[in-house]
Amino acid sequence: MNLREKLAAGRFVVTCEVGPPKGVDISEMKRSAERVRGRVDAANVTDQQGSVMRLSSLAGCCLLKEWGLEPVLQMTCRDRNRIALQSDLLGAAALGMENVLCLTGDYVTLGDHPQAKPVFDLDSVSLIEAARRLEEGHDLAGKDLKGAPRFFVGACVTPEADFLEPQILKMEKKVEAGARFFQTQAVYDVRKFADFMSTVQYLKVPVLAGVVVLRSAAMARYMNEKIAGIHIPDAVIAEMDRAADKAAKGVEIAARTIADIKGLCQGVHIMTIGQEKRTSDIIDAAGL
Amino acid sequence: MKAITRQKAPVEIEELLRGVSSVFLVGCGTCATMCRTGGREEVAEMAARLAASGKRVTGTAVVPTVCDALDREALAANARAMEQADGVLVMSCAFGVQMLALYTAKAVYPALDTLFMGQEMSPGAFTEVCVQCGECVLGWTGGICPITACPKGLLNGPCGGARKGKCEVSADRDCAWEVIYRRLGQQGRLGLLKKRRAPRDFSASPRPGTYLVE
Repeated sequence: MNLREKLAAGRFVVTCEVGPPKGVDISEMKRSAERVRGRVDAANVTDQQGSVMRLSSLAGCCLLKEWGLEPVLQMTCRDRNRIALQSDLLGAAALGMENVLCLTGDYVTLGDHPQAKPVFDLDSVSLIEAARRLEEGHDLAGKDLKGAPRFFVGACVTPEADFLEPQILKMEKKVEAGARFFQTQAVYDVRKFADFMSTVQYLKVPVLAGVVVLRSAAMARYMNEKIAGIHIPDAVIAEMDRAADKAAKGVEIAARTIADIKGLCQGVHIMTIGQEKRTSDIIDAAGL
Repeated sequence: MKAITRQKAPVEIEELLRGVSSVFLVGCGTCATMCRTGGREEVAEMAARLAASGKRVTGTAVVPTVCDALDREALAANARAMEQADGVLVMSCAFGVQMLALYTAKAVYPALDTLFMGQEMSPGAFTEVCVQCGECVLGWTGGICPITACPKGLLNGPCGGARKGKCEVSADRDCAWEVIYRRLGQQGRLGLLKKRRAPRDFSASPRPGTYLVE
């Protein structure tokens, strides 16, 4: 069963993130992938995460497939116009990729090429729509395709945004546009997440709660400041601060969060941001 | 709406004028005066700086509006001084520089960088208000332009990057979409945001733009 079929069957799914290298040495990426192979249902390959130039997500997904994992192709609107995005969607489908996570993308100045031209020709909603139109056999210009692709289109939402209503409004548009699953930004506040899930119940779309593992209190503060869409509560930061073994504490907090939210959503999406080797520790600790 | 400008760094102007021994200086009495980049005071400072670096300044003129074709008369009064110079250093927006290039056969050099079309929100603080996209959306965005005020120019609502109402790109800037959402909420027009908006039509604002009044 693939990700689409598992979610349709009501199975609780686990996905994780694999960051491609900056360069062509894929040995570490391969080790990370092998460590989670068989433990996760699918693995996302990030698209120049944080606007930092790396090996492409499409190439990364091909590698994951080769290594026996089911990939989720992350696509952002930051670097490609509608011609390039549709072209890459067709390319992905031809290479056997079905899962696509459509994102707006972090802004260019947050990354390592701040001088680059920010594209944002499409946004996440119109990118989802583009994927759906391709599935229907036409491109965004209405032209017929020779062979239509098939996708399982996902999108992102920020359940702990401090102003949630516009986020939910956009989530609704994403579902209307063709999003069939959501992977969320990091969840820390279980009550807030429970409220969010009951608010969006009407959308009838599977939600995989984002879990970000912390390494230290300093990293948590840094992420709060630098990483878009991440809001780590002070109480969690204080807990990290007090812990003697920070790495173990980070895994413990992630596992606890998963245990707390497991009954509320359809899966979890574990984001380890540069410490992929922790993914399997979290899966073990959470008893998944 | 004004053309907001910033003076180029002295080293860049020096590089532009390498090998140019005599210069005529043109300032502008409108936007560049307001931005304090090319008014009387700045033109006088620039003339002194150029003289100190060994250039001959054949004359200066701060014309009312450099971009206005009618100001050719103001320049005509300085024709001789301009004629004596190797080049013209223009302390106005790029529009003015290009008008000067049409007016004179001399080499023209910009002393300023043109940043955006902006509005003075408080004294000395300018904000970009319009990117001239050719498809005005203000009717359904509460009079706040997401194409200009959101760095990503998003049309279907906010990204997930805002924190405490501020943009992920700069903590000094409000998230345009949160402002739009609140404004439309106050007006009881949130329904406008439920509609999925198609991507921009860039063919509506081809570059370079041309327009013929019929």
